[in-house]
Amino acid sequence: MAEVLVLVEHSGGSAKKVTFELLTAARALGEPSAVVLGAPGTADAIADKLAEFGAEKVYAAESDDIDGYVVAPKAEVLAQLVGSVSPAAVLVAASAEGKEVAGRLAVKLESGLLTDVTSVNADGSAGQTIFAGGVLVTSKVRTGTPILAIRPNSVNPEPAAGAAVREAVDVSVSDAAKGAKVLERVVEAKGSRPELAEASIVVSGGRGVGSADNFKVIEALADSLGAAVGASRAATDSGFYPHQFQVGQTGKTVSPQLYVACGISGAIQHRAGMQTSKTIVAVNKDAEAPIFELADYGVIGDLFSVIPQATEEITKRKG
Amino acid sequence: MNIVVLVKQVPDSSSERSLRETDKTVDRDSASLVINEMDEYAIEEALKLKEAHGGEVTILTMGPEKATESIRKALSMGPDKAVHVTDPAIHGSCAVQTSKVLAKALGTLEWDLVISGAESTDGQVGAMPAMLSERLGVAQLTGARKLDVDGSTFTIERQTDDGYQVVQAAAPAIVSVWDTINEPRYPSFKGIMQAKSKPVTTLTLADLGIGADEVGLANATSEVVEFAPRPPKQAGVKVTDEGDGGVKLVEFLASQKFV
Repeated sequence: MAEVLVLVEHSGGSAKKVTFELLTAARALGEPSAVVLGAPGTADAIADKLAEFGAEKVYAAESDDIDGYVVAPKAEVLAQLVGSVSPAAVLVAASAEGKEVAGRLAVKLESGLLTDVTSVNADGSAGQTIFAGGVLVTSKVRTGTPILAIRPNSVNPEPAAGAAVREAVDVSVSDAAKGAKVLERVVEAKGSRPELAEASIVVSGGRGVGSADNFKVIEALADSLGAAVGASRAATDSGFYPHQFQVGQTGKTVSPQLYVACGISGAIQHRAGMQTSKTIVAVNKDAEAPIFELADYGVIGDLFSVIPQATEEITKRKG
Repeated sequence: MNIVVLVKQVPDSSSERSLRETDKTVDRDSASLVINEMDEYAIEEALKLKEAHGGEVTILTMGPEKATESIRKALSMGPDKAVHVTDPAIHGSCAVQTSKVLAKALGTLEWDLVISGAESTDGQVGAMPAMLSERLGVAQLTGARKLDVDGSTFTIERQTDDGYQVVQAAAPAIVSVWDTINEPRYPSFKGIMQAKSKPVTTLTLADLGIGADEVGLANATSEVVEFAPRPPKQAGVKVTDEGDGGVKLVEFLASQKFV
């Protein structure tokens, strides 16, 4: 059966949730083979989890060069692997970096790529939602080895026992791929909340939150739900919350099971980033706020009364 | 230091956007057309560098004839000149083909730095800077929220999910920027007037030595098979807080099994 290469997304010694979504999606096209690109030791740390979600093989391409330079080494190693394995397709996560790896790979292989894929079909066609979720599309790659960048939270990860046979891959990164050198990695307030792009529940605050300090109200609700925290552009531009949490057209696009919008008016800039969330709840004191057009449930009221009350109620129910 | 800024004309996100029924390509007629938002930040960054280091800023746009409107708007912010790659045969090209055309066009210009927006709002592939880096064999400094230039060394803060990376490369390089990098200036009246007479060079596929069989819908590496507007959402429930709004909210969440 044809192999499908799945580029593993990992961080801090663990595979990210989207990896299991990719491994699940890969089954439609062939036998999933996980590709681990990273520093030495990465594959050892995550091989068991990859097996749990159906990886039949685990290609371990480990070298400090992989993360020492931006994107190009990953694309180079992946291209070499495609050359030797001839997979039916290559699946990556539609993260900012995943899409860049996909792009470089597409050029190297002269193959087509599809990004922000939400579903993968056995005939090789893929579902996408475009224009901030306004239009549903089915597309297909016509040329070369299809490269599909899959949006997190689109595919339900389903466990399946995989053999996860390990194969070490020699990594030799060319000078051409070493142009952009990573000098330093800075973590800014990581915390223990789930990552925005991956979280099943996102609680976001907007201009209505009013200050950086007041964001504690939003965080408290998020924590009671085990959710990630997001923010509208108005909120991040005003300095209420760091920019990497911005949800919107120029920030992150999320598609969680539940999106709670607090003090967010729902301008197009924001909607573009969350419109495809499965369930949307909004709290805003303006009854005419456009966000209510999107919401499955809306509360017209002061978020400083409603949200803390909700947090308390959730905490009570969870006992 | 000479800089090329990639600018794309896209349908305005606040318009109703769709694909054409006829050939399933992006409908660039019904919606109003604007400069891709992130590209404005790329233009601003280039202008700041020009003010600090001298040199020329050139806009490069691949697009149909009407893209000239966005090119003039871009010029009104302050760049010196523009190159417009336009050819009917390009219609319906995929990202891979587009990168080939843009790479060839960049090959006709002298530059130390190419600056681009990180992503366009229509295709949202977010890979053009990376693809150009691959084709041209220059470093990609993508996803920048800060850019520093020291002689011919470029250093960026590359945005990550939990912070940033400091990444460095020597010229020539391609930088892509997020909207956190700067605050784009508004064109002055003088800038708008001057833009009308700034040079815009038009290049066709023949000028770039690209055959019609290398681009366009029929030769694209991927295709849209079918599309439909998302079914309209069912109207939701709206309640007014009367001291119990939070509890009601949680009751809804519980009914949906979130609590």
